[in-house]
Amino acid sequence: MSDDKPTTPPEEAPVGDQKAPDQATAPESEEKKEKQPLSDEEKVAKIAEAKARAAARKQESEEAEPKDPWEEKPVPPAHEDASDDSDAVALGGQVPGVVLAADRYAGEVTLSVPADRIVEICRFFKNTCNYKFLVDLTAVDWPERAEGRFDVFYWMHRFDDSKRLRLHTVVAEDVPIQSVTEVWKTANWMEREVYDLFGIVFSDHPGLERILTWEGFNGHPLRKDFPIEGIDTGAAIYPDVYPPGGGPQAEEADEEAGGAE
Amino acid sequence: MTDPERSLFDVEEMEINFGPQHPATHGVLRVKIKLDGEKIMEAKPIIGYLHRGTEKLFETMDFPQCIPHTDRMDYVAAATNNQGFCVAMEKLLGITIPPRAAYIRMILAELQRLASHLVWLATHAIDIGAITPFFYTFRERDAILDLFEEYCGARLTLNTMKIGGVPFELPDGWLDRCSELVDGFNSHIDEYENLLTENRIWKQRTIGIGVVSAEEAIEWGLTGPPLRGSGVQWDIRKIFPYDRYDEIDFKIPIGKTGDTYDRYLVRMQEMRQSVRILRQCLDRLPDGPYMARVPKVLRAKDAGMVYGSVEAPKGELGYFIVTTEKATAPYRCRVRPPSFINLQMLPAMVEGHLVADLVAVIGTLDIVLGEIDR
Repeated sequence: MSDDKPTTPPEEAPVGDQKAPDQATAPESEEKKEKQPLSDEEKVAKIAEAKARAAARKQESEEAEPKDPWEEKPVPPAHEDASDDSDAVALGGQVPGVVLAADRYAGEVTLSVPADRIVEICRFFKNTCNYKFLVDLTAVDWPERAEGRFDVFYWMHRFDDSKRLRLHTVVAEDVPIQSVTEVWKTANWMEREVYDLFGIVFSDHPGLERILTWEGFNGHPLRKDFPIEGIDTGAAIYPDVYPPGGGPQAEEADEEAGGAE
Repeated sequence: MTDPERSLFDVEEMEINFGPQHPATHGVLRVKIKLDGEKIMEAKPIIGYLHRGTEKLFETMDFPQCIPHTDRMDYVAAATNNQGFCVAMEKLLGITIPPRAAYIRMILAELQRLASHLVWLATHAIDIGAITPFFYTFRERDAILDLFEEYCGARLTLNTMKIGGVPFELPDGWLDRCSELVDGFNSHIDEYENLLTENRIWKQRTIGIGVVSAEEAIEWGLTGPPLRGSGVQWDIRKIFPYDRYDEIDFKIPIGKTGDTYDRYLVRMQEMRQSVRILRQCLDRLPDGPYMARVPKVLRAKDAGMVYGSVEAPKGELGYFIVTTEKATAPYRCRVRPPSFINLQMLPAMVEGHLVADLVAVIGTLDIVLGEIDR
């Protein structure tokens, strides 16, 4: 009985499919028969009429008021050169050759600067350009990239004219970058988070410890090569007892249990 | 019996853990404190107990699929989390949302701000010892959650905004019920203020506790009510208006001294301002579509990065989205969580105070651990 069940639906389905096209095609063929008597002249006239109608419609739509922006196709932002930005000019004037690139995208200016001079540059922006507020500090991982694996971003805010500016540096793997906690205190936890999740070391940081994962955790979760399904951390919270890289193996535990018996 | 070496005034340090399982930590915050008697010598917040890797999950999902995950960060203010992500995405894709959608969003966001502040007030007061406000505030919060439930079917994890607008039209009669709630809300705020504002015990427990100067607040990156309590007039809704906040008339309440009492007053005033915004939104709600015409598959055009932020009840909530060319999912989505950065200031605020004040300061920072740990 159970074998019959799966076979019956496929048998029924094709029957239904065959019926449907018959019904659909029947009226079309009748229409075609009616249309046949049209002469060539009439056809030409009809085509001309349709063309005129289309042209009129096109004209109408052109004359009509422009559509609201939410009815139109979205217009994504484009990259522009921002080397004329006042802060880029100021930084270039102070420390020549330090602005490697300046980009404006969606109204946000990003200045690329060398990683080894980041503290000097941040201090310049804070003290001279009045960027008193560090909004965010974060990193992005590009494992395949030749010039350095990580991007580190500093996103600053100026109260005077509510302007925001982003600094971008490239950091290679296993190369430390200087901490900016001396410049903005708020960078402390942000750098700890980047260290924890990306493994970028910030030198001269007052207490560079893991913050979201635990001490002894093996790996840096936001790196692209960290598996999304996670890793077996086992009991790695006790690094002295269980070395990083996993807790006690299941087999060993079984053996121990067997030995006890 | 008495040891001549040890007098009554000796410093004897004791290290204890406050949390992670402690009702006054508002979740799973653990604070390692060094005490001399009742006085806090050193405090070190330890976080991460609720880390779920939300930022990692974002990278594996299409843009619209990220929105339900934003709900789970600041779970008492899901609507503003949705809004932040949508605002950032619309900036990336160049979408302009219709005015009706913007107004519905503002209504939802302000209702959410009220609900979030009510939770803050209830728990903050109960931490300090005033139990009564809890029953009053949760009465109104429930009414707000009922409105949410009617609109989108959920009470906490709302998932109530879409990239390009909002997912639904308002149900019949919803505006009337919302209007009724908004009209009566100021009298409810008066009720809470009657219980607390001039209460002697409340004042003793909050005035002069956890003082933050304006310079310190900026240095530590505080945002939201903790920054405004220190007298800095800063609100994302005013300086980078998103949706249609530029059409709305409202004020940014600020404090003077930057203590716990000031932050309390700022939040109470903010609730009144939210009521004002809601009133204007309800009166002016325009007709029209509630969704912009967006492609079925949302795809970034170039490789690029945007940062979009909103004024969440806790502070500036920002989403930093990095995409590759023609991507349908974020390459990286960083969340700037206001609670995380505000909590960083806790040690500086409590050192030298009593243990009981630590509870007051945690309450006044208004943290949500779901957002801190992500």
